[in-house]
Amino acid sequence: MNNLIKEFEQELLSGKSKFPDFVAGDTINVAVKIKEGNKERIQNFQGTVIQRRHVGTAGETFTVRKISNSVGVERIFPILSPNIDSITIIRRGKVRRARLYYLRGRQGKAARIKEKLR
Amino acid sequence: MSGIIGKKVGMTSFYGADGQNVACTLIEAGPCVVTQVKNVETDGYNAIQLSFDERKLKNTPKALQGHFNKANTTPKKKVVEFRDFRQEYEGAVKTGDTILAGEVFVEGDFIDAIGTSKGKGFQGVVKRHNFSGVGEATHGQHNRLRAPGSIGACSFPSRVFKGMRMAGRTGGRRVKLVNLRILKIVPEKNLILVSGSVPGANNSYVILEK
Repeated sequence: MNNLIKEFEQELLSGKSKFPDFVAGDTINVAVKIKEGNKERIQNFQGTVIQRRHVGTAGETFTVRKISNSVGVERIFPILSPNIDSITIIRRGKVRRARLYYLRGRQGKAARIKEKLR
Repeated sequence: MSGIIGKKVGMTSFYGADGQNVACTLIEAGPCVVTQVKNVETDGYNAIQLSFDERKLKNTPKALQGHFNKANTTPKKKVVEFRDFRQEYEGAVKTGDTILAGEVFVEGDFIDAIGTSKGKGFQGVVKRHNFSGVGEATHGQHNRLRAPGSIGACSFPSRVFKGMRMAGRTGGRRVKLVNLRILKIVPEKNLILVSGSVPGANNSYVILEK
């Protein structure tokens, strides 16, 4: 990629340094701004990060998975989206891969992730 | 028409205020040097000639070297004339002046981008003229899925009309895309971020007009 594009994207990304550094396996809470008419409110989406894609570019996204009413729900957030109000880390997970697609086939106890203590 | 010469850097994405992701093109625009000012008295019309991108002296023809010397500037690669540049520039701009992207455009402007599209070689009618092909793979069809079909009637006119769309060299033409929105201008790096795509390959020249 051209250096000018890299520099430009880095500048866009530098504004996002307020978000904590999270990786796949972590449980996070994403506060999403939602517009209803002309009112704006915040909705929380809490779950496990199963992947971060295109890290270091302006197109970076991350996927958060949670079980809602015993149905698996995944949401993909662009990291630069102005609709993300804040991200908080609830729990650090200890995993051995960068993409946790195997969680999709698991339920309950089998879908647990060990906590990373430090 | 006021404008500037730029170089396509490449594409990226940008988030608008209401959260939608816009595909956009980054263009390194300017600084351009005014190498000639034309006016009604001497040339019959008003225009400004801009030059952009450094060029090695040894690769510059003597005639052009003299032209650039007149404007007191180093040799440039791309030279473009803009007719009726802008009212407030009439008379105010002289040869040797530098024009920056931030002076010509502001964020939110709608501009046109002119470039040479990527050459695609000899292509059939489906790619070249958006024909739909035969449309069916069964009912006796074979070996003509992307064929043009009939190119005219029979004994009258017993010729093919001029301009009939057929296969041939595709791309590599001058293309103008209109009404591209300027999303962002970075004056210190002479960068312009424009919504959508722009004709041509990366590092090719584009002319931006307002």
